[in-house]
Amino acid sequence: MSSVRVLVGTHKGAFILTSDSKRKKWEVSEPLFAGWEIYHMNGSPMNPNRLYASQSTGWFGQMIQRSDDGGKTWEPVGNKFTYEGVPGTHLWYDGTQHPWEFKRVWRLEPSLTEADTVYAGVEDAAMFRSTDGGQTWNELAGLREAKGHLWQPGAGGMCLHTIILDPDNPQRIFIAISAAGAFRTEDGGKSWKPINQGLQSGEIPDTSAEVGHCVHNLAMHPSNPNVLFMQKHWDVMRSENAGDSWKEISGNLPSDFGFPIAVHAHEPNTIYVVPIKSDSEHFPPNGKLRVYRSRTGGNKWEALTKGLPQSDCYVNVLRSALAVDTLDSCGIYFGTTGGQVYASSDSGDSWMPIASNLPAVLSVEVQTLP
Amino acid sequence: MIRVQLPYHLQTLARVGREVELQIEGVATLSSVIDALETQYPALRGTVRDYVTGQRRDFIRFFACGQDMSLEPLNTPLPVGVVRGSEPFRIVGAMAGG
Repeated sequence: MSSVRVLVGTHKGAFILTSDSKRKKWEVSEPLFAGWEIYHMNGSPMNPNRLYASQSTGWFGQMIQRSDDGGKTWEPVGNKFTYEGVPGTHLWYDGTQHPWEFKRVWRLEPSLTEADTVYAGVEDAAMFRSTDGGQTWNELAGLREAKGHLWQPGAGGMCLHTIILDPDNPQRIFIAISAAGAFRTEDGGKSWKPINQGLQSGEIPDTSAEVGHCVHNLAMHPSNPNVLFMQKHWDVMRSENAGDSWKEISGNLPSDFGFPIAVHAHEPNTIYVVPIKSDSEHFPPNGKLRVYRSRTGGNKWEALTKGLPQSDCYVNVLRSALAVDTLDSCGIYFGTTGGQVYASSDSGDSWMPIASNLPAVLSVEVQTLP
Repeated sequence: MIRVQLPYHLQTLARVGREVELQIEGVATLSSVIDALETQYPALRGTVRDYVTGQRRDFIRFFACGQDMSLEPLNTPLPVGVVRGSEPFRIVGAMAGG
């Protein structure tokens, strides 16, 4: 019988939530890595029992943990992230150039095809790859040549937070960097191209600027890797050509500001966002926590509210805290900065809290187990 | 034998108790004690000092025989009491943050 494992990274540790395929009764693990920030946990598509966790604090820096038994036991693996060659500089807040400095790992993305390969997106923005299960890491330094000297940190730091691997083409990878934009490689990470044409960012006077756009999250359905969805600082966007150009699909959303975006497991044109009031007020409009679903690939959106708080709710849902399972009736999951994790087993029609009092949730990933 | 006391999170990472014992060849300095610590407990690499700069992390402090040695150069010899093992060398996570 299938089951579901939800990997929750929080501000003060990690939690694993498990259920059978009915997804009505949930078990919440004891805290893992208690007291540490867990920016992301993720499992290998090739071996679901292989999990990775990004563990960090301001005191002791970055650790990477790996489990080979589905999260029962963990071992620290390599945590040496050194930029290739002379790291150079990027744009700083005052307009001067500032040296690249490693801070933390935001994203861990295991390969779809190679069991021991895993990618890491880090702050200051760069992409690393390990081919030995996380023991050693090497930078894919070509990314910083994609106008890296013009990248500038946003309020959340200059982080590479999204990595999407093309299931049809192992050489093609999409990534997104806060306040720099989206980028694509066609050669396995040697060279990268900004893919931000069509993005309109009011903060940037030059409407044709190749970089400088604050992309919050990207999503793709594996059946159609040329179609990308984007939640930007403001605006929800869609590309039909692997990011070469973008069109806005915000439509009737109450606010097109938000952080995460996700695609239904079985319906490539059904997408989900969680609108947030504004860049100044990071909580749902009118105190109502609503997930919005479009079954038309954007523009036409419906509010999903059943089971979600519809008054006095002032939490945020961060960029990596929305995920889906692949059961026949697709499950949708998200975590909040208030420590709740909500799940829907019916594509978003209704929701229930599956954990209510965790530390602030930084990330949610879901594994559907056979 | 040098006795080293670790903060809680480094104890859990290294899976040891509050105090560990390290054998140091030659003159015991701040640097050599961290070298020995990282060799004996590889899980602690990068947690006390930065991988790239080799410098003490901002929120790590070093204490020995009642002295704050955090700002001393890393090649500073450790006090006699620590070298003899009668006093511990303390690695402390600074009070900061929430």
